[in-house]
Amino acid sequence: MSAATTPGTASAGAGATGPAPESFFRKALRQKRFAFGFSLTLAIVVFAVVAPFLSPFGEKETAGPPYSPDGIFGTDYLGQDVLSRLMHGGQSILVISVLATLLGMVVGVLVGVIAAYAGGWWDEVIMRLNDVVLAFPQILLALVVLTALQDPGAWVIVVLIGISHAPRVARVSRGVALGIVSRDFVVAAEALGERRSRVIVAEVLPNMTGPLLAEAGLRLTYSIGVVASLGFLGFAADPGAANWGQMIFENRLGLQTQPWAVVAPVLVIGIFTVATNLMADGLAQASQKGD
Amino acid sequence: MEVAPPKGRSGGAAWGLWLARRLGLAVLTLWLVSVVVFLATAALGDPVRAILGRDYDSNVARRQQLEAQLGVGDSIVSRYVDWLGGLVRGDFGTSLANQLPVGTQISSTVANTLVLVLLSALVMIPLAFGIAMVSAHYRRKRPDTVIQTILLALAGVPEFVTGILLVAVFSTSVFNVLPAVTLVAPGASPWDEPKGMVLPVATLVVAVTPYVSRIVRATLLEVLDSDYVELARLKGIPEPVVMRKHALLNAIVPGIQVIALQLAWLAGGVVLVETLFSYPGVGKQLVDAVRNHDVPVVQALSMIIAGVYIVVNLVADLLSILLTPRARTAISS
Repeated sequence: MSAATTPGTASAGAGATGPAPESFFRKALRQKRFAFGFSLTLAIVVFAVVAPFLSPFGEKETAGPPYSPDGIFGTDYLGQDVLSRLMHGGQSILVISVLATLLGMVVGVLVGVIAAYAGGWWDEVIMRLNDVVLAFPQILLALVVLTALQDPGAWVIVVLIGISHAPRVARVSRGVALGIVSRDFVVAAEALGERRSRVIVAEVLPNMTGPLLAEAGLRLTYSIGVVASLGFLGFAADPGAANWGQMIFENRLGLQTQPWAVVAPVLVIGIFTVATNLMADGLAQASQKGD
Repeated sequence: MEVAPPKGRSGGAAWGLWLARRLGLAVLTLWLVSVVVFLATAALGDPVRAILGRDYDSNVARRQQLEAQLGVGDSIVSRYVDWLGGLVRGDFGTSLANQLPVGTQISSTVANTLVLVLLSALVMIPLAFGIAMVSAHYRRKRPDTVIQTILLALAGVPEFVTGILLVAVFSTSVFNVLPAVTLVAPGASPWDEPKGMVLPVATLVVAVTPYVSRIVRATLLEVLDSDYVELARLKGIPEPVVMRKHALLNAIVPGIQVIALQLAWLAGGVVLVETLFSYPGVGKQLVDAVRNHDVPVVQALSMIIAGVYIVVNLVADLLSILLTPRARTAISS
C-alpha cells in the first residue's frame, strides 16, 4: 500500500530525547525530492489561499456564454470563468484534505501505539478489527455511508476520509512502535514507575516523529486524491461552489469543445498529488537515514 | 494478515490447522464487514428521506411503500438478520430504483469488471517486473533514479487524473484514435469492441504499476546485494542469468503480496475509471446506486468488493507459503 517505504526499520534518534524537529527538517531539505515536493506543495497552498482575492471574476459569476474561449482558460458549462473558478476551487479541497489527514493520523497513531504497547491479546483484537476496515477501498467506505445521507456536509467527508485512513496509519505506527517499546529507555521509564500514558507520550511518540511525518505526507496525498475523486463523482459537499474535483464533474461533457475547463483542474490536482507524494518520500528517506 | 509458516509436529495436521485458522479469520472478517456495511447504509442516515427529498411529506404512498420494502419500523437487529440470511442464500434483495432483483442486475456487471481487472493485471504484472528489472540493473545510476522518480510521481496521482489526460490526448484534443467512452449495445459485452477497452485498461495499469514495480525493485536490490548472489557472480555466472535465476525468483513472493494488495485496491480504482469511461461494471453501477440512494444494490456491491479483497488476500498468503521453501520445509521437518 505504502508508496514510499516501509518505515518499520526506521528508528529515528538514538536516545530518549529524539531528534529535534528543526534538525530533522534540515536533513529532509537536503533530499532533492523533499525540497522539490515541499516547494511545489507550498506554492499550490499559497495559490489556493491567496488566489480567491486576485481572481478576475467571482466564484459563481457569469463571465460570458457557456464553453466560450474568452479569457485565459475560457468559460465553463454555465459561462463562469474557468480561471476564476480554478482560483477559488483550491481552498475547500485543501481544508478538507488537511483536516481528514490530521484526524486519520491522530486516531491511527493512537490505535497503533496502543496495540504495540499493550501487546498480546489486545494487539490481536485491535489488528483484526483493523483488517475489517482495511477490506474497504478508501473511496468505497465513503460511498457506502453517503448512500443513506441526504445532503452530506463537509465535516461528514472529513470524518469519512479520516476514518478510512486510520487503520492504514495504525498498521504503520504499530510497526514503528514495536521497534521502540522494547528498547531500554522505555523499559527504564516503566521501571521508574511512570504511568503508561506518560511513557507513550514522553518516550515512545517523540521517537516516531520521522516515520510518522512521512506517513502523514503520504496520507495527505491520498486525502487530496479521495476528496478530488468524490468531487469528480459528483459528491462534493457544496454542489454550486468551485472545487477542483467538482469542476471536472461539471464540465466533463464539454471536454471536446472546451478542454481547458476540465484539463486545468485535472492538472492542478495531478501536480498537487505529485508534489505531496515526493515530499512524503523525501521525509521517509530522511527518517531512514538516521543521524 | 500473517504469512508465518505453520509450526507443528506432523505436516498434514499443521497445514490443516493453519488453513482452518486462516479461513476462520477470513469468515470472521467478512461477517464484521457485513455488520459495517449494514449499519452504514441502514442506521447512519434515513435512505427513504434521502430518496424522496422534498416529496417526503407529500408523497405518502411512495414513502410507505419504500419503508415497507426496507423494513423500516422493525428492529435493526431483525432487519440485519433478514438481510444476512438472504445474502447467505444468495438472495441480494430487490432494487429500490427499478424493483428488479439485485442478483440478476449485478451478475453481468461483475463479469464485466472481472474482465477489466484481469486484463489490467495481465498487462501490469510483466510491465511492472520488467521496469523493476531494468531499474535494478542500473541500480543507483542515472536511469534508475529517473525511473524511480517518475514512478513515485505517478504513484500518488488519482486514477481519474491519468484517465482524463489519456482521453484528452488520445480521443478528443490531440489524436483522435480511441473512443472516450465504452459504448455497449444491450445484450453485448464491452470486449466486443476491443478499442473501447484500451483506455480503461491503460488507466488502471498506470495507476497500479508504480507500486508493484517499486516493491519488486526493492526486493531485487536486496537480493542482488546478498552474499549468495556475490558467490554466483564470482563463480562466473553471467549477470543476466543472475538476474533471472537468482534475483527474480526471490522477488516473486513479495511481488505476489503487493500484487494481491493492488488487485484488491483496483476494486476501488474501478469506481473512478468505470465512471469516467461509462464502462458497464461494478464501479459505475455502485456510483449510480449511491446517487439514487438504492440501498440494496449498494449493500450487495460493497459486500462483493470487500469479499473479493478478503479472498484475494487469503490466496496470496497461501501462495506465499507454497512458494517459500523455508516456510514449506518448516512444516515437514
